[in-house]
Amino acid sequence: MRRYLTRRVAVAVPTLLAVTVLIFVAMRVVPGDPAVLLAGDFATPETVQALRAKWGLDRSLPVQYGVFFRNLLRGDLGTSIVSDLPVRDEILQRFRVTIILAVCAIAVALVIGFSAGIAGATRPYTAWDYGSMATALVGVSTPIFWSGMLLILVFAVRLGWLPSGGADAWQGYVLPAVSLGFFAAGVIARQTRSAMLDVLRQDYVRTARAKGVRESRVNAHHALRNALIPVATIVGLEFGRMLGGAVLTETVFSLPGLGSFLIVSIAKRDYPVVQGIVLWIALAFVMINVLVDVLYAVLDPRIRYA
Amino acid sequence: MREVAAPPGERRLRADLLNARRRSSASLAWRRFGRHRAAQVGLGVVIVFGLLALFASLVAPHSPTEADLSLRLAPASRGHWLGMDQQGRDLLSRIIHGGRTSMLIGLIAVGVAAGIGIPLGAVSGARGGWLGQVLMGLVDVFLSFPAILVAILIVALAGPGLRNAMIAIGISQMPAYARLMRAEVIRLRGETFVEAAEALGLPGWRILVRHILPNAAGPLIIQSTLNLAGAILSAAYLGFLGLGAQPPTPEWGAMLSDGRTYLRTAPHVAIYPGLAVMLVVLGFNLFGDGLRDALDPRATRR
Repeated sequence: MRRYLTRRVAVAVPTLLAVTVLIFVAMRVVPGDPAVLLAGDFATPETVQALRAKWGLDRSLPVQYGVFFRNLLRGDLGTSIVSDLPVRDEILQRFRVTIILAVCAIAVALVIGFSAGIAGATRPYTAWDYGSMATALVGVSTPIFWSGMLLILVFAVRLGWLPSGGADAWQGYVLPAVSLGFFAAGVIARQTRSAMLDVLRQDYVRTARAKGVRESRVNAHHALRNALIPVATIVGLEFGRMLGGAVLTETVFSLPGLGSFLIVSIAKRDYPVVQGIVLWIALAFVMINVLVDVLYAVLDPRIRYA
Repeated sequence: MREVAAPPGERRLRADLLNARRRSSASLAWRRFGRHRAAQVGLGVVIVFGLLALFASLVAPHSPTEADLSLRLAPASRGHWLGMDQQGRDLLSRIIHGGRTSMLIGLIAVGVAAGIGIPLGAVSGARGGWLGQVLMGLVDVFLSFPAILVAILIVALAGPGLRNAMIAIGISQMPAYARLMRAEVIRLRGETFVEAAEALGLPGWRILVRHILPNAAGPLIIQSTLNLAGAILSAAYLGFLGLGAQPPTPEWGAMLSDGRTYLRTAPHVAIYPGLAVMLVVLGFNLFGDGLRDALDPRATRR
């Protein structure tokens, strides 16, 4: 197990390195110069040149990357060109908002997804089943920002129960979490249903029923526990995907998260910040995927990794 | 042991059986699809939106760009079924024309994704070795990031616009094809008919194109249908962020984003374009689900 984990992490390192090189080159190849953008329309070439020198942008690409990489090894992501603050602090502050949003959203997705999936699998081909699967399908087909707007319209504008955005109080997270979670709920519901149907056909479930175990206990103890194994993978993948969906949710609900920060920083060509965010998200995404694999092995003792 | 030639009658019978089996695999898929009520509804929705997009200028009751400022944000009326937008343009006409943009982005993006991903996966699966490893490593770089963020990042860097949006969404979906194709090639490589083709001395590319690709068609088609749903959704996301089609081109995501400002006073401006996105994506998802059940013989009817 430990060897497997070490290998997975080791494989992730070159991938993440490739990500840093790719984003580093891509940012500098496309048109748009942060020095020109920041100096303003009336700046003299000398001013722009001075700004470029200040951030080391006048040096060659490999040298720039070398500096970036050396600092990275020390845990230093550099300084934002726009705000002059350390990139690490800027990212951590906003990542807090994004991660709270993602955790709340996955909680919503789990509650809705599990209920719908179990309702469908335990009463297959009934109105329960069709109803919950129709809901799940609507979930995976609804644009995140649209469900967000509908929620704002109903709960913020019409009923006035919850704020339409802002991260100042916990209430601000309710609508974004529901909107983001609804999408993943659809995926989880479909996966839960099909995994549980698979398990319910197994011999040991028939044995359990034959020896007189109550149906509710068969469902909870025999079926659900084993069905959870494939579902855990999906939940992990959906959680990773939420880091992407959060960009849209944060925009709709004006939350100061990492996603909206990324978009603003790209527009301003704030190289260090964009590099930092991309690396940070890639790191989080890859780590979540490794964790999912580990969880898989923990949940299913039959799986042995060489 | 010496093979005894079968009598003519039995030979004919065998041929019949063989034909029957061949005929039934296609018709079985068709029948399975026919039983799938939801899939037919999905196909219907897709066809309706496809026709609307194709004949947008004939079907749309008004011009999608002509504005009547006196009717700004007007609610639905007899002449304008879905009301007017913030510039006094007919919302229904804009949604019909916007479907054109969305479908176009979806189709081309999936084409780009398949065009890059399938060869990449095929070569990696067929060659293996260090080349295969490097190619898959490249794909993994794109997989180390949520797909929608890959698309957003590419467009934000390359500059907003319809063309860049299509390419970006295509690239963000490419890893799925590469992975799938690689798995299919590896699975089929061990089959007898591939070994037979190899024994005949056929060149590798010919085996890939003529023997492996047709057998991988089922999963690839299913993947494409579901990817179309994803691409249209992504297109709307990019449009919403102002990174997709630029005004005055009507595009659902951008329309939604415009409507956001008037959510309190004229919610219809934001609600209908979103509904259109949801219906099309729902249609493709239903259709894709049905296709999977019909084409995948391993999948039992659940």
